[in-house]
Amino acid sequence: MSGAFRIPSAGRLSQAKTARFSFDGQSYAGIEGDTLASALLANGVHLVGRSFKYHRPRGILSAGAEEPNALVEIKRDAARKTPNVRATVQELYDGLAAQSQNRWPSLSFDVGAVNDIASPFFSAGFYYKTFMWPKAAWKSLYEPKIRAAAGLGVSPDQPDPDHYSSRYAHCDVLVLGGGAAGVAAALAAAETGVRVILADEQAEFGGSLRFESGARIDGQDGFAWAQGAVAKLAAMDNVRVLSRTTAFGYYAQNFVGLVERVSDHLKAPGHDLPRERLWQVRARRVVLASGAIERHMVFADNDRPGIMLAGAARTYLNHYGVAVGKNVGVYTANDSAYAAAIDLKKAGVNVAAIVDLRDNPTGPVIDEARALGIEVNFGRAVVRAGGKLRVSSMTVQPKNGGGERTIPVDAILMSAGWTPSVHLFSQSRGKVAFNDETKRFVPGTYAQDCVSVGACNGTDGLSASLDEAYAAGAKAARDANARDYGAKAAKGTKPKVDASESWSRGMLGAAPGAGPDTTVKAFVDFQNDVTAKDIRQAVHEGMHSIEHVKRFTTNGMATDQGKTSNMHGLAIAAETLGKPIPEVGLTTFRAPYTPVTFGAIVSHARGPLFDPTRRTAIHPWAEAQGAVFEDVGQWKRAWYFPKTGEDMHAAVDRECVAVRTKAGLFDASTLGKIEVVGPDAAKFMELLYTNPWEKLEPGRCRYGIMLREDGFIYDDGVVGRLAPDRFHVTTTTGGAPRVMNHMEDYLQTEFPHLNVWLTSITEQWAVIAVQGPKSRDIIAPLVEGIDMSDEALPHMSVREGKICGVPTRLFRMSFTGERGFEVNVPADYGQAVWEALWAEGQKHGAAAYGTEAMHVLRAEKGYIIVGQDTDGTVTPNDAGLDWAVGKKKADFVGIRGMARPDLVAKGRKQLVGLKTKDPKVVLEEGAQIVEDPKQAIPMKMIGHVTSSYWSQNCGRSIALALVAGGRDRMGDTLYVPMPNGVVEVEVTGMVFFDETGGRLNG
Amino acid sequence: MAKAAAKKATTAATPSVGRRPALAGRTTSAPAVKVEVLPPAERISLRAPEASVAALSKALGVTLPKKPKTSASKAGRTALWLGPDEWLVIDEAGNDPLADCAGVSALHSAVGISHRNVAIAVTGAGAAATINAGCPQDLSLDAFPVGACSRTILGKTEIVLLRNAADAFRVECWRSFSDYVFTFLSEGSRDAAV
Amino acid sequence: MLLIRCPYCEEERPELEFRNAGEAHIARSANMAGESDDDFEKFFFIRSNPKGIIHERWRHMHGCARFFNAVRDTVTDKFIMTYKAGEPKPSKLPGVAK
Repeated sequence: MSGAFRIPSAGRLSQAKTARFSFDGQSYAGIEGDTLASALLANGVHLVGRSFKYHRPRGILSAGAEEPNALVEIKRDAARKTPNVRATVQELYDGLAAQSQNRWPSLSFDVGAVNDIASPFFSAGFYYKTFMWPKAAWKSLYEPKIRAAAGLGVSPDQPDPDHYSSRYAHCDVLVLGGGAAGVAAALAAAETGVRVILADEQAEFGGSLRFESGARIDGQDGFAWAQGAVAKLAAMDNVRVLSRTTAFGYYAQNFVGLVERVSDHLKAPGHDLPRERLWQVRARRVVLASGAIERHMVFADNDRPGIMLAGAARTYLNHYGVAVGKNVGVYTANDSAYAAAIDLKKAGVNVAAIVDLRDNPTGPVIDEARALGIEVNFGRAVVRAGGKLRVSSMTVQPKNGGGERTIPVDAILMSAGWTPSVHLFSQSRGKVAFNDETKRFVPGTYAQDCVSVGACNGTDGLSASLDEAYAAGAKAARDANARDYGAKAAKGTKPKVDASESWSRGMLGAAPGAGPDTTVKAFVDFQNDVTAKDIRQAVHEGMHSIEHVKRFTTNGMATDQGKTSNMHGLAIAAETLGKPIPEVGLTTFRAPYTPVTFGAIVSHARGPLFDPTRRTAIHPWAEAQGAVFEDVGQWKRAWYFPKTGEDMHAAVDRECVAVRTKAGLFDASTLGKIEVVGPDAAKFMELLYTNPWEKLEPGRCRYGIMLREDGFIYDDGVVGRLAPDRFHVTTTTGGAPRVMNHMEDYLQTEFPHLNVWLTSITEQWAVIAVQGPKSRDIIAPLVEGIDMSDEALPHMSVREGKICGVPTRLFRMSFTGERGFEVNVPADYGQAVWEALWAEGQKHGAAAYGTEAMHVLRAEKGYIIVGQDTDGTVTPNDAGLDWAVGKKKADFVGIRGMARPDLVAKGRKQLVGLKTKDPKVVLEEGAQIVEDPKQAIPMKMIGHVTSSYWSQNCGRSIALALVAGGRDRMGDTLYVPMPNGVVEVEVTGMVFFDETGGRLNG
Repeated sequence: MAKAAAKKATTAATPSVGRRPALAGRTTSAPAVKVEVLPPAERISLRAPEASVAALSKALGVTLPKKPKTSASKAGRTALWLGPDEWLVIDEAGNDPLADCAGVSALHSAVGISHRNVAIAVTGAGAAATINAGCPQDLSLDAFPVGACSRTILGKTEIVLLRNAADAFRVECWRSFSDYVFTFLSEGSRDAAV
Repeated sequence: MLLIRCPYCEEERPELEFRNAGEAHIARSANMAGESDDDFEKFFFIRSNPKGIIHERWRHMHGCARFFNAVRDTVTDKFIMTYKAGEPKPSKLPGVAK
């Protein structure tokens, strides 16, 4: 047996398929196809949670995505723990384990419920009023306490072991919502042959046909028709049918985000199944068929477990075969609740009474209810519900006052009418319009290529909805088609409605009896515990805009986004303000429609796919040698190569000494490289770099500086001229992409007359720097076709030839101050050539060195690193690089910016060297420099340390710094105040080693 | 001199050391799709104005396409339109397109990028779905027919995409991104049967 | 994600392939070195930042790699049209009242 409240003759689930599940540790039986909510109700469980603020007992309000109350935690294991799952959406599987939330120690006895008694202190805006003073207490006391008390579920504290998938998809017609209207629209569109995607958030298509027992289409039960139609659609090649898929966001140009819940409903999801799949759909036309959501009645204690929406009760009965009570009351301002009463009565449930707020409504459902012997009361209100953990009675009073009568019930079904779901329409930037007659906001002005059909468009009645939807689907296909597919006519026939139900309007706002009594809690927003009184109070306290009322009361700001509460809240605010509803306006709906997991949004971008990790061709060798790597942008670079027992300092000291005494090998492959080719190549280089290029001989190299138009250093690098019309440009590792973009920008838009083209060759060439007095001895035996003598290959020259039998661009250049070479070889040969050079190097005592030693060696020589010693506000002059600026050039990027008054003014920060008075002290990079360490705080800071290292070669620490007027302070003593004392430094030149540069040819 | 320089750099190598292509031989299979790293090929990035197209086409033996998003293929050599003056020429027959361009006097820039790029084949009924896991372009046959090609995005990196057949794509990416691209395509292939 | 029509690729392509490159039609002086401080300020620092129609530069970074110009409405975030780099500001905009 799957619950005492299961009615075997009702519903569509197969009784044979039992599924066991637990709620708060108690074991229950349900049926496959149940939701957790329907299975709990089948077992008579209504109390499922505690409310957010007052910790009031809460039950199941709805049977769908709009559920504000029945939020539970679903736990598969310690890591697979999902809080705030709507029990009305979670499908049951055998072994499902659910826990209630926001209660302690138990759901039926919750200490936090004291908030309910203390509620006068928790009125609207109480955060803003109560925790004002003392100010200091906010951070230390109030905020931590409030944060601990607030919120519902608890997020898991382990990494998510599931995987999530994503897909970009394109279609001609995207139909959102798979009720009668959506299915009809999809049929019409699909029959023309265009690409259609039909999505619905439920496990099964049909929408309100799930509960509308009176609907018949094409000669069959409405729900059965929907299943047949969807099966037909799913079999078509041009149609993709997505169930359990929520359209959560509608973005620009018909770009719609959908989340498909792939395996949350499965007992044991296969490892290869993603938990969820994110669909990012671009549609030429969108058909919105999102239906309508029933509103509750706003009356005192309308949140007691057992009080629910009439349509939901009907769904539980007609779809799941579950009676929500044995003796139910109905409170309505709308016909549709009668249908629920009739269905329940026919299923054998006692209907104690229907209380209708309207004075003298007429219609077939009312007659039918009466004919079935149900007591019907007009012009009366339910002024309060009895019971605490479960509703036990409803107290009825004529709406204009008079004697009260209390009727015992175990459930109350309520309906204030239906609100068109215009969320996605609103997200598309469409403007809603208020229909004064029906008191509904419906789609007004469209901003995108979409159309609303059926209940979300305010269209009443199944027949009218189907007609509208079918026509809209066909038109959407035609319009989408017109562009380049050629129009095709629909081949199918429009579904015919044989029988349907029709409902009248309902009401907005608080029903009589919901206030103004300040002790009454008539809930408007269940999830955020907002009452009718709170909204009135907000208006009285000066919140006259609905946006202010919303934020002050938090009405509609919970995870359900006010699906049931927004219209009531608006109507109460309007009434209190004495203004018509459209003048008060509706708040904007924003994505997501329902909460979306981070997993779905992140999708594949986790672990190794979080961000590309770039490795050089030589990386495997360095890894095998035990190199420690550092991240430089996306690159992994060998930082240092520790030998057994060495720490970083020992390794770096050894590497630095090896380069200056013998030789070192360094993987420089990550340097950006751009091949500049064309007859105007030199002209282009003249414009992009400060240096002169026209006269650089082919086969020679030059250190180039690139500025931005504002005159500040942007990048630098050595450039080799391979031929009159061909340059091999190098850039910094991190600057490679932006330098390429900068060059392309000027070439395409400012200098398009130049015949020159740029190609990134960063990854074509692996680069092995061989530096040190023995470097030539190491390289020479492996090189063919290049004269390695100083006369034929002087410092700053480049030759093409072969090394180890593979093509090379061999640069004679140095970033260490030693005789040096950079061997470029095609990347796939990088590791093999490195290994050959390494073998030669071993004969000469060479070491492999990493980026740290490279940094130390270049700092010993005063060579700058753009981005470390410069920060985007440093000119060539500031960096002491005036020699690299062509004085006779008429133009280059930055020529004018460099001459701006502030950039040529005295006292600018200039790059200088610093030597600590105590040679053992190594300054901290970034440390501030002052003239007088005894001055009062805040001290006047005149510069900062940009680079600082221990130099084993110099036997002392060395540093570079940007200091105001630095070059005029040579020999001066300055101070670097640090937490553990002031460091005394002397201002020096930037070259700490081999000042004459003789070692370049050493 | 430019031509000479280009020619020198591309003389067929007789290496004494071995070539180690990135990801050599890596492959993965899912029910609807196979992802496999392709062997090395000769490639150039070719840039030229309209006036040089005929001469270059003749020299290369394949007509450089002028229509956006199209490619042309002949005798193991494929020219992909990447931009209005840019083509990626891929030769899988062991011939060197850089050498072929070296003799062309018409204005152009040919730069060897054989080692810059890595090619990954994605084949099978789920090929388009695999790529659409991270590529935002419409890969239906109407929008991206056989022979279509484009530089575009896959996840967080740039690729060049060429459709060889209804169910076969060639994905080209830069060498250091190939591990990311291969891993991404492998992940995508797990869910490509849908 | 927007769709942007690339005038070189002659079709709409996803925004992910593009990169914005600031306001368009700001000419770099042919006599850059001779520009006055005021003129350089106008050229380098001052941008119109309009509410409404803006002419701006985009690059089809991960597509054909061409820079081009676009007319976009900063209020609706809609692209009115795109055109090739070097072409003059369009005198008439489709669907926009003067």
